[in-house]
Amino acid sequence: MFACLHGSGPLTALAFQFSPTVEQTAPDTVTFDASGLERLFGFAQDIAASLARRAGELGVEAAIAIAPNPDAAICAARGFSGTSVIPYGDEAKFLAPLPVALLSPSPELQETFDRWGIRRFQDLAALPPLGIAERLGLEGLRLRELARGEAGRKLLPLADPLRFEDRIELDYPVELLEPLAFVLARLINALATSLAARALATDEIRLQLKLENRATHERVLRLPVPTLDTKAFLKLLDLDLSQNPPSAPVVEVRMAMNPVKPQSAQSGLFVLAAPEPVKLELTVARLKAIVGPGRVGTPVLLDTHRPDAFRMTPAFVPSAPPSAPKFRLSIRLFRPPRAAQVALASGYPSFVAAGAIRGKILDLAGPWRTSGDWWTADPWLRDEWDVALSDGALYRLYCDPRGWFVEGSYD
Amino acid sequence: MPAAALKTQFESLLGGHLDWQSRPAPECVPSGIPALDAATGGLPRGCLTEIFGPASSGRTSLLLSILAQATHREEVCAIVDAEDAFDPASAAAAGVELDRLLWVRSAQNAEHALKAADLLIQGGGFGVVVLDLGDTPPATARRISLTSWFRLRRAVENTPTVLISVARQSNAKTCASLELACAREHAAWSGALHSSRLLRAISARPTSIQRSKTCSPVFTAAAL
Repeated sequence: MFACLHGSGPLTALAFQFSPTVEQTAPDTVTFDASGLERLFGFAQDIAASLARRAGELGVEAAIAIAPNPDAAICAARGFSGTSVIPYGDEAKFLAPLPVALLSPSPELQETFDRWGIRRFQDLAALPPLGIAERLGLEGLRLRELARGEAGRKLLPLADPLRFEDRIELDYPVELLEPLAFVLARLINALATSLAARALATDEIRLQLKLENRATHERVLRLPVPTLDTKAFLKLLDLDLSQNPPSAPVVEVRMAMNPVKPQSAQSGLFVLAAPEPVKLELTVARLKAIVGPGRVGTPVLLDTHRPDAFRMTPAFVPSAPPSAPKFRLSIRLFRPPRAAQVALASGYPSFVAAGAIRGKILDLAGPWRTSGDWWTADPWLRDEWDVALSDGALYRLYCDPRGWFVEGSYD
Repeated sequence: MPAAALKTQFESLLGGHLDWQSRPAPECVPSGIPALDAATGGLPRGCLTEIFGPASSGRTSLLLSILAQATHREEVCAIVDAEDAFDPASAAAAGVELDRLLWVRSAQNAEHALKAADLLIQGGGFGVVVLDLGDTPPATARRISLTSWFRLRRAVENTPTVLISVARQSNAKTCASLELACAREHAAWSGALHSSRLLRAISARPTSIQRSKTCSPVFTAAAL
């Protein structure tokens, strides 16, 4: 038994609610295998009624037909409005009044049918098969079978779009994160089990919390590699929610996992050990909980001459092969730079006082004048000096329109 | 039967004296300064190495050289920066592959820095983990209890990680397997004063204290 929906709206979604074998016959026509549904709904009329009811709920406007074969169901859905149920053996009788044009014959065949005076299915069905084969060929025979409701074929099923979503509506609002963790653990385990059953993993977890004040708190957790480590998921969500807590008690929890193929990589015998990606993500999340977000990551130098210009990226992205190390003099920066009082002698700094850094300048190099971004709203301009103080240390000093600053110490 | 008798019996059975107590020497990695490596044998894995000295004594140049060597070996490194003093531009110039470096900026909080270092060691997989207390006031650094250092030493034991602490003075005491006390030697300038003067390099002398073995090679960190 097959059912066909012909109309507009989410036809495929409606069909998937009744059967896993769904064919998208045309943009406005969906056919599905309804065999076995009688055990759930009863007679074919009951199935059709359930379909019509569900279509109404989903906002689908479609003609519904149930027939012993898919093509008869398609013809009936396209030809009759409302709900049609074709009993087994009565296909030809049921389809008889439909116009032949419904079968979409080729223009030549349509012209022939017009000349012969064949207007309806019953006219075509009454023609002898041998004569049709001689005069109209295979296409004519196929159309005659369709008109008699005898054509049998298999559906070309659509792949069921994989959705890994679940929700739990709570009996009472949950305010604390600890009891919420139990709910999260349940959802994570259920979704991870269904992913594992299909040999899939996830690289993104979307959490949606409906709050008591009707607001929605959404969090998205992106993982560096696809995995199914439920303990890590729970810990990451816990850390994330402790940093970004919902503004009101939670009344409903929805969770979705993005299904992806699990990472398959064989470790080399001579490949150096590196932090395990999921474990590293967990460590970084814990570090962020301690030192604050935006303060953990890999530094990336910006393409500018502006001093101390960098940005933090969340994860390692080893790109180029490592270059040869060079032994260079390094600087330790003071962030923010320490405001200094500088005494000048003959236009050159001679004494510096910046908190604990205080001393007579014994040797100096500079000034090195640098500037940039003058075409933007945030320009910079400074004169830099390298100074050796009487305390024995070497510092980088600079003067900009705001005053004198000690930027760091050479070390 | 007493343990000593059992040991004697077992040794006679195996045909010779067995060294039961000593542990195998740890694998050492180079610091990037040949003189220092020749003197100390390198930095031991699974141990705490302490680099300390005053400002401008070459601690950071030595540290960046160690990180550059480690990233050159394609190891992933981490630096816990207690005073937010790490300069990525200097590190890149020293040859540190920044995309193999995790930088944790703990914003003037030594306690957070200790926790972060502990987490990184527990996480595992890092070639070098650095706890940089280089600009932390000595009084604050001294308040870190010896128990915390023991905890770090225990955490890094039996791992391939080199744990390095940088500070103004020695804090870890007996927890450190290798101590490198850096001292300023002199700064090298070129050109005439007030015209073409340039800071060329600083020379520093790290004194290694490794059990009873002491050595003090000199290295020079060039500015250009």
